Amino acid sequence: MGASSPWKAQHIAGAPNDTAPARTDAADATVLDVEGLVTLLEVLARRGYRVLGPRVRDGAIVHGELSSVADLPRGWHDAQSPGSYRIEHTDDEAFFAWAVGPSSPKREVFPARSVAWRGRVSEGEVAFEDGDAASEQRPTALVGARPCEAAALGVLDRVLGDRGAGDPHFLKRREGAFLVVVECATPSGTCFCDSMGTGPAAGNGFDLALTELAGDGGGHRFLARAGSEIGAEVLSCLPGRPADEADRAARTALLERARTSMGRVLDTAGLPALLARNVEHPRFDEVAERCLACGNCTLVCPTCFCSTVEDASDVAGVLERRRSWSSCFDLAHSYLHGGPVRASTMSRYRQWMTHKLSTWWDQFETSGCVGCGRCITWCPVGIDITEEAAAIRRSDGARRGRRGGR
Amino acid sequence: MSAASDRRPTLAVWKFASCDGCQLSLLDCEEELLAVAGAVHIAQFTEMSRAAVEGPYDLSLVEGSITTYEDAARIQEVRRASHRLVTIGACATAGGIQGLRNFASAGEYIATVYARPDYISTLATSTPIAAHVPVDFELHGCPIDRHQLLEVILAQLAGRSPRIPSHSVCQECKARDTVCLLVSRRAPCLGPVTRAGCGALCPAVDRGCFGCFGPAETANTASLAGRLLEDGARRVDVSRLFRTFNAGAPAFREESLANEPRPTR
Repeated sequence: MGASSPWKAQHIAGAPNDTAPARTDAADATVLDVEGLVTLLEVLARRGYRVLGPRVRDGAIVHGELSSVADLPRGWHDAQSPGSYRIEHTDDEAFFAWAVGPSSPKREVFPARSVAWRGRVSEGEVAFEDGDAASEQRPTALVGARPCEAAALGVLDRVLGDRGAGDPHFLKRREGAFLVVVECATPSGTCFCDSMGTGPAAGNGFDLALTELAGDGGGHRFLARAGSEIGAEVLSCLPGRPADEADRAARTALLERARTSMGRVLDTAGLPALLARNVEHPRFDEVAERCLACGNCTLVCPTCFCSTVEDASDVAGVLERRRSWSSCFDLAHSYLHGGPVRASTMSRYRQWMTHKLSTWWDQFETSGCVGCGRCITWCPVGIDITEEAAAIRRSDGARRGRRGGR
Repeated sequence: MSAASDRRPTLAVWKFASCDGCQLSLLDCEEELLAVAGAVHIAQFTEMSRAAVEGPYDLSLVEGSITTYEDAARIQEVRRASHRLVTIGACATAGGIQGLRNFASAGEYIATVYARPDYISTLATSTPIAAHVPVDFELHGCPIDRHQLLEVILAQLAGRSPRIPSHSVCQECKARDTVCLLVSRRAPCLGPVTRAGCGALCPAVDRGCFGCFGPAETANTASLAGRLLEDGARRVDVSRLFRTFNAGAPAFREESLANEPRPTR
């Protein structure tokens, strides 16, 4: 897939329907009321899932265990801009009238810290065992993920999953998971999923997709669509009625409003090639002046997958290979014999940005960016990947001087 | 086991100008302490025992900064007697909180504080050990983390590099899913420019990072200071934020001076 590929949802969509064409229409949707949402959570819990979803904690909307719809962030909204995130409560009845929080579903399928394997030394022999806690854990149902996040899981499938490295711990978590996507009605000031073709409508990569409708005169309700067999099975357990023309029109209007209220735009036309021919652009030196090299952008990114491993042993003879998230902004990340390959912050930012938007295509036949905007919001100094790309496009071909180093 | 037949490597712990908190981290190791005591012969550790074995030592842990003429001479002896020398804590690696004297006149302080200034014999500055002798490894923190201390001891004994990260505290916040205080609440936080190692303790209890572990690798303090000023911090606050336990670490020192209300010297 080359630079001229159309950046549409079907190219970045995730399992379980990755090969199926994206369906963004709601022709055969079911309408659920709030009671239907209550039942959905109950059905998922009864089927043995550990039900996770959005909750308000520490001034943000994050994923946590849901015991009922009362835990959902009803009436909460978020305001996001480069380097800034706020939530505020209103008497709005909507449960999902916010964009995305700091934590993506990546954490559920690829934990920040895990044990790859454990070994026990006894009488000179080492016995190995799987160190992953997920093997004993109940599968996860994630309620309230966004279409961009479903797309991000699809990207991870290509990197870590059965279409990539085949990481057994990732696969275990991913295969057992149930994903309830809620389409985006209120994108934030840093969102640009419309540019990336990953939202605000849900294409595929979900078990159930909901659209929350309220305030259109038709009552507070959800349009629900199944995206997998198990999704259809769960949907059939919920009390609902077939969607009518008014429901579908309300959804279309909502998605159109969302599409036109994205806080950011990224012009993706020929973008991989644009960046590939501009690795010596002076903009990289300018951004390095501001970049903290703290790694926040990579850790909040729903597709960044770098990890590091270390071996540990204790007095009792237990050996562990531990895996933890890592970042290409670390000096140690590019350390080879003799020193780091990317010593300057310039080269680290350039590596991250060009990987996301350009070389990811060569490596995984997809974009590494889904347009969720987290790297913009959660950058302490508000560096904006869409602005950086636009600046390079404006002066395509400019060359950096000698400063900056490798 | 007699001293002659004891083939365990010898460990010595030395104190210079410091509060003893870092060397006490070794005693805090509790369960692991027994394993360490089994693996090394603790030859010199005043906080643990008055018994002292003469050098040379395979590994010396040095706590504290150099603030007196006597200590400036003593660190040379310690270095000569030590095969490997590791400094532990903000005092030993950056001059410590007592390094605040480096920004002012030690003579004026002494005249203000002591009834008999002539009793006080001290250097005008508090400086890290590495300013006086070659150091094999610096372990940062105020105080240091005991798990990191164990890792450093085991690595030194095994002749390998210790696995001690030098990236930002932010990565520890993200690993434990702490919501960023700087972005969500405009709290002054040094996390993005501070070395990891504490496990991001303060942000997890709603307080921005104090910078106890000193500057992270390639810390861009000027950019972070710009953000803090945009959020409404006064220059004097930014200057003070960088001027605590690691005030003597070059990246923090420069940023502190750059934001001094007075013209910088």
